Amino acid sequence: MTTRKKPVDVVLVGFGWTGAIMAMEMTEAGLNVVALERGDMQDTATAAIYPRVIDELAYSIRGKLFQDLSKETVTFRHRPDDVAVPYRQQGAILLGNGVGGAGFHWNGLTWRPLPSDLKLRSHYTERYGARFIPVDMTIADFPVAYADLEPFFTQFENVAGVSGKAGNIGGRIMAGGNRFEGPRSSEYPLPPLKNVYGDTVFAQAAEDSGYQPFSIPAANASQPYTNPYGVRMGPCNFCGFCEGYGCYMYAKASPQSTILPVLIMRPNFELRTRAHVTRVNLDASRRQATGVTYVDAQGTQVEQPARIVILTAFQLHNVRLLLLSGIGTPYDPATGHGVVGKNFAYQMLSSVNVALPASTEINPFIGSGAGGKSIDDFNGDNFDHGPVGFLGGSGIVHHRTGGRPIGQSAVPKGVPAWGSEWKRSVQQTYHRTLTIGTQGSVMSYRDAYLSLDPTYRDSFGQPLLRITFDWHDNDLKMCDFVTRKAEAIAQATKPTSYQTNPKKPGTRFDTRIYQSTHTTGGAIMGTTPANSVVNRYLQSWDVHNLFVTGASAFPQNFGYNPTGLVGALSYWAAKAIRSEYLRDPRPMVDA
Amino acid sequence: MSIDKPGRRQFLQRAGALIPAAGSLHDAVPIIARAAEARQVSPRPYSPVFFDASEWRFVQRACSLLIPNDALGPGALEAGVPEFLDRQMETAYGHGGLWYSHGPFVTDGLPEMGYQYRFTPREIYRNGIRDGDNACRSTQGAPFADLPVAVAVAFLKSLESGKATGGTLPPRLFFEQLLKNTREGYFADPLYGGNQHMAGWKLLGFPGARADFADWIDHPNERYPVGPVSINGDRN
Repeated sequence: MTTRKKPVDVVLVGFGWTGAIMAMEMTEAGLNVVALERGDMQDTATAAIYPRVIDELAYSIRGKLFQDLSKETVTFRHRPDDVAVPYRQQGAILLGNGVGGAGFHWNGLTWRPLPSDLKLRSHYTERYGARFIPVDMTIADFPVAYADLEPFFTQFENVAGVSGKAGNIGGRIMAGGNRFEGPRSSEYPLPPLKNVYGDTVFAQAAEDSGYQPFSIPAANASQPYTNPYGVRMGPCNFCGFCEGYGCYMYAKASPQSTILPVLIMRPNFELRTRAHVTRVNLDASRRQATGVTYVDAQGTQVEQPARIVILTAFQLHNVRLLLLSGIGTPYDPATGHGVVGKNFAYQMLSSVNVALPASTEINPFIGSGAGGKSIDDFNGDNFDHGPVGFLGGSGIVHHRTGGRPIGQSAVPKGVPAWGSEWKRSVQQTYHRTLTIGTQGSVMSYRDAYLSLDPTYRDSFGQPLLRITFDWHDNDLKMCDFVTRKAEAIAQATKPTSYQTNPKKPGTRFDTRIYQSTHTTGGAIMGTTPANSVVNRYLQSWDVHNLFVTGASAFPQNFGYNPTGLVGALSYWAAKAIRSEYLRDPRPMVDA
Repeated sequence: MSIDKPGRRQFLQRAGALIPAAGSLHDAVPIIARAAEARQVSPRPYSPVFFDASEWRFVQRACSLLIPNDALGPGALEAGVPEFLDRQMETAYGHGGLWYSHGPFVTDGLPEMGYQYRFTPREIYRNGIRDGDNACRSTQGAPFADLPVAVAVAFLKSLESGKATGGTLPPRLFFEQLLKNTREGYFADPLYGGNQHMAGWKLLGFPGARADFADWIDHPNERYPVGPVSINGDRN
């Protein structure tokens, strides 16, 4: 039996960052908005209160805020001819659940991609020639330029209370900031977070190596702050319990700490939790969405009719819902035809663990989610790629998020994993190990994509999403190159020793160890229905009253955390919906 | 001596620690410090719910070897990690409730594809301990808990290296589960039964749930001066 709800103007599927932004914008336009969130209500007062939130076992280790894999997971395989198996335990990626989504448990690194990152294929073609791009690489330009998005990056940064130092305001290079960044219209809303001691050591070594390190843009408020919505944030106190946790200081930006307090008061907004959307409904023409169907907390199937449907779930879930709803042509890697699921990408990480001299005291537990120092000399196309023979790049960072004993204490390679020797080493290592990390781009490829799994199902009986992905030579080469640069900075700290954790040629993607939840693509934005799922306003080419937000729109991934662009694209699309689509509901770009 | 039943001596030490501390402020600090050391020799009493008597002995022995009691401080046994492990077995995690557990189970793939067995943590312990004790009995003539230290250590190393074979599940799988959970119990908040007297945190110099370092940012390269506190407010 299906219950039918009263029609609304807009239904949002998922209530994380993009759901909150869209809800704010659509209610402001006077529309009635219902947000459907499959998880529970959670906010600072219920899920992040001191001292109960300072519980590493419950949060980071058992994953209190993460997607319940027993009910729904993904399957992984390396290649299209492998059989995929389920991601049974938390490992490489940590998906969110509940109100705020991954935006409740994230770190808060809020970058903008480089202008050239947004026109990747044409940029590399112009500078290095079309033959520089390998034939199996399916990279594309974003159909929107940095200059188009600049006001919306600024808007998101102001809402999130980002702490940082501008490196380029209107083309003028600013001392202390990232001189490689695209021109900004204004300074960050808050000054950078203070340096922990490791930041100072890394920054000095980077300067001694000839670089100009700068503070990572962090959505962890460095001071008390009131955002443009009038929501107040507290200052980060470096508690060391950020990623995996809600913020008891109201300092980490999340939908809860920056938008929800104002949004929830609006009479034309309703947030419905424990509502798991199973499909988008279409009319007989299959060119128009009529709403969505979801299963509520009682297990009842509910139909929610709506004039506009916006998929505001996490990247993977948006793509899965398109596939489950039969919207668009699924991508076929054999022929290259079809678009839904195409261009799945990820990020490539490596690190160097530096043992500082024995007397050093880094107080490793003093950390913020996103504070730290970075250099951008080897990110994007900030250096000449001609001689190196690969595309892409990576930031090199020191970023100390805490010293949580289960997950953030370690011993050097070669030391036994248990016994008195382990005990001695873990004690000595804890106070003087500085990790220098790289986080780099992953290009898109013909054989890396998303599809429905033919075997494994979720607790509602629907097919799981299948991820077909492995590392490719281009990205392994990039990683090797930047890891050597990171190693040179490690040497400049004058360490007693250091260990490098590179990705060697032939390394296979490993689902077991946490790397990053920066998965992208699958519902990419582009210029035609033949090359993309959505147009430059995140509007479905097939169903014009359906919009798909989030990193699913990225045609490939770059060397920055994705949330800055995810936020900016949401505000950009919201503006187009408000100024154009509502007046004249039709495709905003002609196919 | 049974670990889960406190001796009379230990009881008197505990009781005695409180009286002079309350009676004389002047003497309080050294007496409390001495009492803390004494308390750390044994974990608090606990009767296991999941593990049976022979499993309990196995787990206690394994804890004493994986994180030993030595000059650096109490080990996993003294910090109550066996209690942590037993209590974890009664949680949703112990029952495998946090893992995707639908088949088919493809166990001959690449290790990079992650855990693909059907066993829950409870099953991993139950089978792993039985297999382990059977192996020790057949090669050494005694269960794991009764082996001399060097022999018991060698046995754990054979599980760790994957050299040990046979049994219901891969011995290495059991070992990795046991080591992972032992470390968790040693370092998690004392709320969960392990890390008693915050022994694991003291080893590292981790201040527990203090979680506010805004002031100490301005003391670079200088050790944070305050000891740990637990979620429940215990300071020692």
